[in-house]
Amino acid sequence: MQTLKIIRYAAWAMVAGLIFFTAAIVLGWWRVDGPGRVPTNGGIEIKGLPQIGGPFTLVNHHGKTVTDKDFLGKPMLVFFGFTYCPDVCPTTLFETTTRLQKIGAEARDLQVLFITADPDRDTPEQLALYLQSFDPRIVGLTGTQEQVDAAVLAYKAYAKKVPSEGGGYTVDHTASVFLMDRNGRFMGLIDYHEQEASALAKMRRLIAK
Amino acid sequence: MRISDQGCPMTRFLLSAPESCERSRKHFSISRGWIGRFAILFIFLTVALPHLAMAHDFTVGDIMIDHPWARATPTGAKVAGGYVTIENFGNKPDRLISATMEASKQVELHEMSLTDGVMRMRGLPTGILVPAGGRIEMKPGGFHIMFLDLQRQLRQGEKVAGTLIFERAGIVQIEFQVDAIGALGSASGGHQH
Ligand SMILES: [Cu+2]
Repeated sequence: MQTLKIIRYAAWAMVAGLIFFTAAIVLGWWRVDGPGRVPTNGGIEIKGLPQIGGPFTLVNHHGKTVTDKDFLGKPMLVFFGFTYCPDVCPTTLFETTTRLQKIGAEARDLQVLFITADPDRDTPEQLALYLQSFDPRIVGLTGTQEQVDAAVLAYKAYAKKVPSEGGGYTVDHTASVFLMDRNGRFMGLIDYHEQEASALAKMRRLIAK
Repeated sequence: MRISDQGCPMTRFLLSAPESCERSRKHFSISRGWIGRFAILFIFLTVALPHLAMAHDFTVGDIMIDHPWARATPTGAKVAGGYVTIENFGNKPDRLISATMEASKQVELHEMSLTDGVMRMRGLPTGILVPAGGRIEMKPGGFHIMFLDLQRQLRQGEKVAGTLIFERAGIVQIEFQVDAIGALGSASGGHQH
């Protein structure tokens, strides 16, 4: 009698153990490979990307008022600068121009937005003139100071007027390029000193999404 | 050998060989030596000469200015950046205090810096110090000569006249070679041949 009882308890213990074990495996599969997994993109987690980008109302280099809605549906590159910039802004515009050429036909959907951080001097006419030297796909955007400030804020970028010795001013600004997918979601940055191959890979990945 | 009689002064000039013609004549009689010399001459002609032809430098006192260049400007640009490398062979520090350029009405000395993804440009009202025996290399993203109130577009391939003014060495006339819009300077391999 006593031995039978022990065997029964042992059997129940084994059943409990088996249930626990199965549950652990199922839960593990659920979280790692099953529907409960964390979405990944080439090993980089999409979850946790900061909320960058958002609504803006600006004036393009043809003098037409545009909003972020006008650019939805196609991936885009967004960067800030100004035409009274000797160095960074022409570099970014020039590099973007050559990268668009390198990617070729695949890049035809890509929109490139150059938002001025200096709307006082960068009128639509000035932007139109300046952009003649670069890829025609690049759209110049300006507006009132408030409209530009709102766009800078939406992209969590930095732009600040700084008086210079000669009585003029310069504008400190974010030098990185923002990568936005066709739904207007932030996908990453191209750093100012990004390696060429890496920058091209990021652009291609954005287009393929 | 007759060929080496003709070759001697020429090769001595090109290679500035320390040995006498007498010695090199013996040397040249060995065919392997000739191949070596030709190889060196070939490398010299293909590699060094185009660079010698391109590089242009200017000297004032103990100061040598190497390869002044500027970036071509986009249409409608009101500013441009100029870059030079300054070497001070003297035993006293000097200071670049100002500059001029024919197509600019206002020239300043500036420095760029990139911190936390933000590019900043600042004037250098006290100029740029060139230590004794030292060397200052200007390039995009760092020190530059800022051409403001640009009177016309700078086009790739042209040369524009300018001056640099040093505290000690004085004024030196230079020419800026205009390179591509996105050129990074020879040090960074920005020359597209
Ligand atoms: Cu500057």
